[in-house]
This record gives sequence, C-alpha cells and structure tokens, in this order.
Amino acid sequence: MSQTAPAAPKAVEGSLNFLDDRLGSTNFFKRNARKAFPDHWSFMLGEIALYSFVILLLTGTFLTLWFKPSMHEVIYEGSYTKLNGVKMSEAYASALHISFDVRGGLLMRQIHHWAAVLFMAAIMAHMLRVFFTGAYRKPRELNWLIGIVLFTLGMVEGLFGYSLPDDLLSGTGLRITQGVLEAVPLVGTYGYMFLFGGEFPEGNHGDLIPRLFTLHVLLIPGVILALVTAHMMIMWHQKHTAMPSRNQSEKQVYGYPFYPVFMAKTGAFFMFTFGVTALLSTVTQINPIWLYGPYDPGAISAGSQPDFYMGVLEGALRIMPNWEITAWGHTLSLNVLIPATLPLGIVFGGAAAWPFLERWVTGDNRSHHVVERPRNAPVRTGVGVAAVTFYGLLWLAGANDVLADKFHVELFKTTWFFRVAIFAGPILAYIVTKRICLGLQRRDAAVIDHGVESGIIVMSPEGKFSERHVPVREEEKAVILSKENAKPEAPAVDGSGIPAPGTKGPMGFLRSRLNRGWTLDDIPVEDRGHHGEHHEVEEGERAGAEQKELSR
Amino acid sequence: MSDNKDHSTGGEQQPREEGGAPGRVVGTPSPAAERRLLPEGDTAAPEGAGEELDEQAAKRAERVVASLFVLAFAASVAFIAYYIGWSGRDGGMHGIERARESNLWLGGTMTLAFLAMAVGITIWVRRLMTSQPVVQERHELRADDATRESFAKTFLEGAQESGITKRPLLRRTLLLAAAPLGLAPLVLLRDLGPLPEKRLRHTYWGEAVRRAKAQGKKGVRLVVDGTNKPLKVSDFATPGGMITVVPEGIEEHSEHPLNEIAKAVTILINVPPDKMSPRMRARGWDVNGIVAYSKICTHVGCPAALYEQTTHHILCPCHQSTFDATDAAKVVFGPAARPLPQLPLAEEDGYLVATGDFPEPIGPSFWERG
Repeated sequence: MSQTAPAAPKAVEGSLNFLDDRLGSTNFFKRNARKAFPDHWSFMLGEIALYSFVILLLTGTFLTLWFKPSMHEVIYEGSYTKLNGVKMSEAYASALHISFDVRGGLLMRQIHHWAAVLFMAAIMAHMLRVFFTGAYRKPRELNWLIGIVLFTLGMVEGLFGYSLPDDLLSGTGLRITQGVLEAVPLVGTYGYMFLFGGEFPEGNHGDLIPRLFTLHVLLIPGVILALVTAHMMIMWHQKHTAMPSRNQSEKQVYGYPFYPVFMAKTGAFFMFTFGVTALLSTVTQINPIWLYGPYDPGAISAGSQPDFYMGVLEGALRIMPNWEITAWGHTLSLNVLIPATLPLGIVFGGAAAWPFLERWVTGDNRSHHVVERPRNAPVRTGVGVAAVTFYGLLWLAGANDVLADKFHVELFKTTWFFRVAIFAGPILAYIVTKRICLGLQRRDAAVIDHGVESGIIVMSPEGKFSERHVPVREEEKAVILSKENAKPEAPAVDGSGIPAPGTKGPMGFLRSRLNRGWTLDDIPVEDRGHHGEHHEVEEGERAGAEQKELSR
Repeated sequence: MSDNKDHSTGGEQQPREEGGAPGRVVGTPSPAAERRLLPEGDTAAPEGAGEELDEQAAKRAERVVASLFVLAFAASVAFIAYYIGWSGRDGGMHGIERARESNLWLGGTMTLAFLAMAVGITIWVRRLMTSQPVVQERHELRADDATRESFAKTFLEGAQESGITKRPLLRRTLLLAAAPLGLAPLVLLRDLGPLPEKRLRHTYWGEAVRRAKAQGKKGVRLVVDGTNKPLKVSDFATPGGMITVVPEGIEEHSEHPLNEIAKAVTILINVPPDKMSPRMRARGWDVNGIVAYSKICTHVGCPAALYEQTTHHILCPCHQSTFDATDAAKVVFGPAARPLPQLPLAEEDGYLVATGDFPEPIGPSFWERG
C-alpha cells in the first residue's frame, strides 16, 4: 500500500460520488472493499456452482429465442435430412433447428447441458466440503439448508430441462415420471392427470411441454436465483469459514483483500469455468437428440440413462424388490413408492437435520468460523462417508445394465449385489472411515509428542542407535493442534443424586449416550512441551496405554 | 518461485551435535523436516505479497500476461470474423457437416478467449499484485442483550399500539379472512387436467373391438406399429419373433392418437405352443402360439421391448423387470409386481385379430387400481 495515495481518476471519482450522493454507497464500499477472503482450494467448489449457474442463465436465454415449447405435431422437413418426413412435435423440430440451422446453436445447447451437469456436480462437491469440515455448524445452518433446497431444485430443474426437447430419451424420462406419480397413494392419478393435462404424453391439449417450459425457464430459475442471492449475502455477512492454520482464529479472519485480489481471482475463475464448459462442448458431444429421434411411446433404446444427478433414483427403482400391496380395492406400489422417496428422503432429510442433531448431541452451542479437520470428528466423517457410499451405490445401480455388459457379469447378479451392498456398504464405510480418522488422530498425537523423524541416527555412549526426532514445523503444529479434544461430560448423576441438566428423561438418556458415542475413542492431541529426543521408555508406555484403550 | 526462503527448513539448520557424525546416513530417508506433513493453508497467495517485486521478473510476468490478453483478443476477433465471414457461406449453416464445423470454430475460439484471459488474470494476481494479507476481526453476529430487550419492548409496544393483542375479535376474523384466500389458488388449479375417472382402466383395443363387432366381425385387426399394415397369421409363423402392434384405425379414429398408442401398444410374440404353461393354454388367447401382451411395463411404464428367444423372457430395458412369455408374462425378476396384461387373440380371414380389450388396466399400478 502506497503512502501517498494519488488522486483517483475523474471518471471513477465522479461516478463514485454520484452514487454516494444518492445512496451513501461509499460507506459500504469503504467497509467491504478490503474484506478478507481466506484461501483454500476447496472454497472454489461453490464458486464453480455459482458460475455454472450464470452460464446456464446466459445460454438458456439464448436457447429460448428459438425453442418452441409446443407439442403440436409437425412433419419435419429440414436440414437434418435423416429425419425428413418424420412426424414429431414442434419442440423437437425446433431443437433440431437450433442444432443445425442456428449458428452457434449447437454450441450453446451443449454448453447449457454441460453447465447443468457441472452445476450439479459442483454443488455436490461443495456440499461434501461443507459437511466434512463441519462448516455447516452454528452460525451457518441456514446457508446449509438453503444449499439442500438448491440441490433439490437443481434436480427438478435438470429433469424438466432435458424433458423439453421431446426426444425419445426425454420422453422415456417423462414416462417414468408418470409411472412414479401414479404410485402416489390417494392422489397419484390426479397428480398425473393434472400435470399432463390428461393422459400421457399429450394430454387433451398438448399442455405438458409448455408447462415444463414455464417451470424450467421462469419459476424454478427465479427461485434458484433468489436463494443463491440469499446464500451469497449470508456468506458475505457471516464472513467465510477458514481452514485451520496458524493465522486463523475464531476471533479473526486472515486472507487477501476482496479488492483487488479476490475480485481478480474470482473473475478469472468465472472465465475458467466458462472456458472449460466451452471446451467440453467443443470437443465432446452431449445429449445428441437427433440420434435418439422423436418421442414414440412404443419405442425405447437400450441403456437409457438419465443425467447423472438423477441416477440415484434410477438405481433405487432398479434394485427394489417387487413389493405391492392390494387390499380393500386399493393398490399401494411399494416397489415404486419406496425407491422414489426413501433414499433421497434419507440423504436430504438427514443432511437437513444433521447440524441441529449434532448441536443437540454435542451440546456445542458456540459459533464456529474455523472449520474442523475431518479426522477430528470421526463420527461425522464416518456418517458422511456412509452417506456417500449409500448414494454412490444407488447411483451405480442406476447403471447396472452397463456394468453387467462391460464387466461380463450376469445382469440379475448385479441387482442382487446392490440389494445387499446398499445395506452392508454404508455400515462398512462408517467403520473403516472412523478407524482411519482415529489412526490419523494417533499419528497427529505422535507427531506432537515426539516430533518427526529427522533421518539422523544417534549412537548413545552405551552403543545404542536411535533416530533423532525433531519438532514439527510451527505451521503444521498449529494445524494439528486445531483439534479440540473431547472433554468428558458431567456425570449423568452427581454426588447427591441429582441428574445433570440435559440427561433427564428418555430423550436426555439418548442424548447423553449419543454424546458419549460422539467422543468415545477420541485421541487427545496436546502439546505437552516435550519432544525432540526419542525416548524408548515413553514410547513403550504409550503403546501399552493404547493397547489398553483398544481392548476396552 | 522464490518462496522457499521464508520456510525455515529445520533439518539443515539444526546445530550439529558436537563432534557427531554428519547429519545424514546413507539409506535413511531424507531429513523429515523438509517434508511437509500438511498442505499449508495459504499458499495460494499472490506471489508478490508483502514483498518488493523483483522488477525484472515483474516485467517478464507483465509481458506474459499481456501476450495472453492479446491472444484472448485475437480469439474473440476470430470468433466474430468466423461468424460474419465464413459460417454463413452458401446460404447459411444447414445440416450436420456445417453444424459440426461451426461448433468447432465458434467453440474453439470462445474457449481460447476465455481460458487465455483466465490464465492471464491468474498470473497477474500471483505475480504482480502486491496486496498483503489482511487480518480482520470476526464480530459476534448476535446483538447484545440490551438491544434484544429493547427490541422485544419495541415489538410489544407496536403490537399493543396496533390493538391486535387487545382485540381478539379482529385477530380471529383476520385469520378467518386469510385462510380461504390461501386455498383459492389451489382451487384455481383444478382445470389443469381432467379427473382420472376410468381413463386408466381401458385402452383403444376395447373401442376398436366394439366397432369391429358392430360391423359383424370377430375382432379388430392387429397392425404393425409404424407401417400400419395388418398382420396375417402366416406373416408371423416362425417361432421366436417379436413385433410391436397397435389396433387398426387407431391413428384415424381416435382423438389423441399418441395418447391412445401410449396405452394400446402391444407386443406380439410367437412362442412354441409346447412351451406354453397349462394356465396359458387354458386361457386360449393365443393363435398357434402367437401371444400378445401389453408393451407398457407394469413397473413405471417403459416399453418392455426386449425379448430373449432362448429363455422366452421379456425384459424392460429401463429397470430390468423380466416376464416369462410362456407363462402369461409372469414376473420372473425385477421390480415389477404384476404380469403384463394379455390381449385375447383370434384368427379371422387369415388375419390376426383381437377379440377384446386387455382384461385389466395396463401399465403401472395406481391407488384406485385394486
């Protein structure tokens, strides 16, 4: 920062003053221009989602200029000659027109689709970052909930989006949507009739595609835009979380100023995102609707797969056993109802409830701004990996026919594999993850206690060789010592027989049990101030202690 | 990269033990202090942060960044030039070849423009910006207790001034007024579609058979989906075949042909008569082993379009529900709970005809199905 600030150019000063006279905006700029933004690569995941959303808005607007959301039947005569003379809807014909007659149309269609895939993938990765580092903890629960809503809306928005061109694949997706709707008890058939305006696929007046179009280009993006704005404003107001390091604390944030550093970096990142989606759309083909042909209710292509973010529903539908209950003149299709609601209900509902559940169990009502390393919250990390495993297995099950084909396995065996794995996998993942976390905690404790191996062998006067350990570097030490060791809760009943607060009743009992589970095998990591020389005796003691702990 | 100098590398700088052997022994790992155990939190900082820039290095970086910006400029110009000057030749872009070409040129130049700019700015930030990291207080988000109390007072005062607490009649009638207003939009949605009624219980086969019978025929002819040619028994005599059929006249006589086809679409399979289960033989809905099932899967409605000759299994490619064609389409595997409904067939003047509608609703189960 220079000492003698040169006068700002007139154009800048003039417009700043213009705004300030009317809005008092300079106060805001003064306060925020140098806002500190902590750095970490994982903080860019959310930015990818944000920027792909901007790309979606831009390219989507372009597509609406030519797309005709109409189910009116036409006979195609156009520049994609292979489909000349074929009956199709106007929607499909206009999508062909965009691809083959509008210059840059195919590019924009492909960027739109790639950006949608990237949007969902980035949200997923961003949510995993937030979850595994505990960044959702107080005071950021609201932004976590907004994120879950955004992800759900993104799924619906994507489904409606790829249904619009009315090609064979999108029609198949709608057919499945219809089948799932019908399975809803009591009101299912009404929902079906009301969504389609009659029977699948055209209804009485070809209402479906115009309706999906309005939802896809107006209502849902509007809600997403509003929520993204709220998400960003809350983030700005609360200040970003920081990774544990020597420079960060709960009281202070350390980082580079928004203006000019973060501004320039995030601007560059927008261009990276746009550049990469443009590159993908230039060199790879996505959703080639002209190869699928127009929708025909009697036709289907093998290996029909939805976009990746719907794969989890597809997988759940595939591996569900064929349970159906018919009684008193009514049918309850558990074979559709359960896979359509339960898995995502568990994942999204669980994710939404988690911050509150964790706060209740740990009794930790403080605000957290420095995030936690995943290893230091083994239960959370374990549950997170279990959820990822659950989701991932369902997602893979959505491609079991492809797996069977590629790996030469019998199709039905893949189904049975997933039927078993969906229960065993998450449990196994939890156990393994928790053990890995604890192992890493032990290593951290050892590093703090003994330092790190120096590679220097020392011979003692008695002739014994030992390797000298040196203290770990300060910045690494700060990261390791960011761990908050478990403190034993007050005993459930104190000396005079009075139960501790929050342990009364069955809920209190449950809470204190869960609390114990949360911290049960925590390895204390603390700087006891002795390191350097390698002490055999101490090492032995420690190993013994650990053994005891394990056998407990 | 000159950032190593401020990371003290403990191992090398440790004073040696007096008279001790030199630090390293062959075959041991390199001094551990040089190894980073953890990635450092803030290495993505601008390179020049807090330092005087080396003017020569800065000049070099400046030149690199400027060339990248010029490249981005050139790419954007090429994008515009291609669009105006070349993409519209011979009457504009039409068809797959030209679409591919324009996708490559427009996408390629656009990619280059964005990426060159992005890389340029990144180098600028990392090599040329001299901003130093800043430390800022994280303020407690909550208001202090006094403010909270005072606002609670303000809130109650306002409520009292408005009289809403004092006058329960107003409060209750206001709620009364608001409740139906909230329901009104839901009522407005009623005309989104017709009520289900019995629509899902029958298909166009029923209507077509009725019309045929009114003309004194035995049933309605089966026509091949796509070509609309009526099918003779002799056309479909070889066992193992499968074909998709619809009732004759579905395109001409029905109000919404696509909707009707979506329900009436049927697969015709020729299974060896000796393989048929006694149950099916008792039904007698086949013509010399030619059987017809609804093509709409009873799971969620995909077309069950795959037929395996050797096992006589019908497979739905969406979720792999599998049905046995020789045993009234009984479910063999997968998530579907019900067999595919069978269409009663007969022979009339050498043609295959259907003599009735499917005996039960086709497609996915629904609440009122029973």
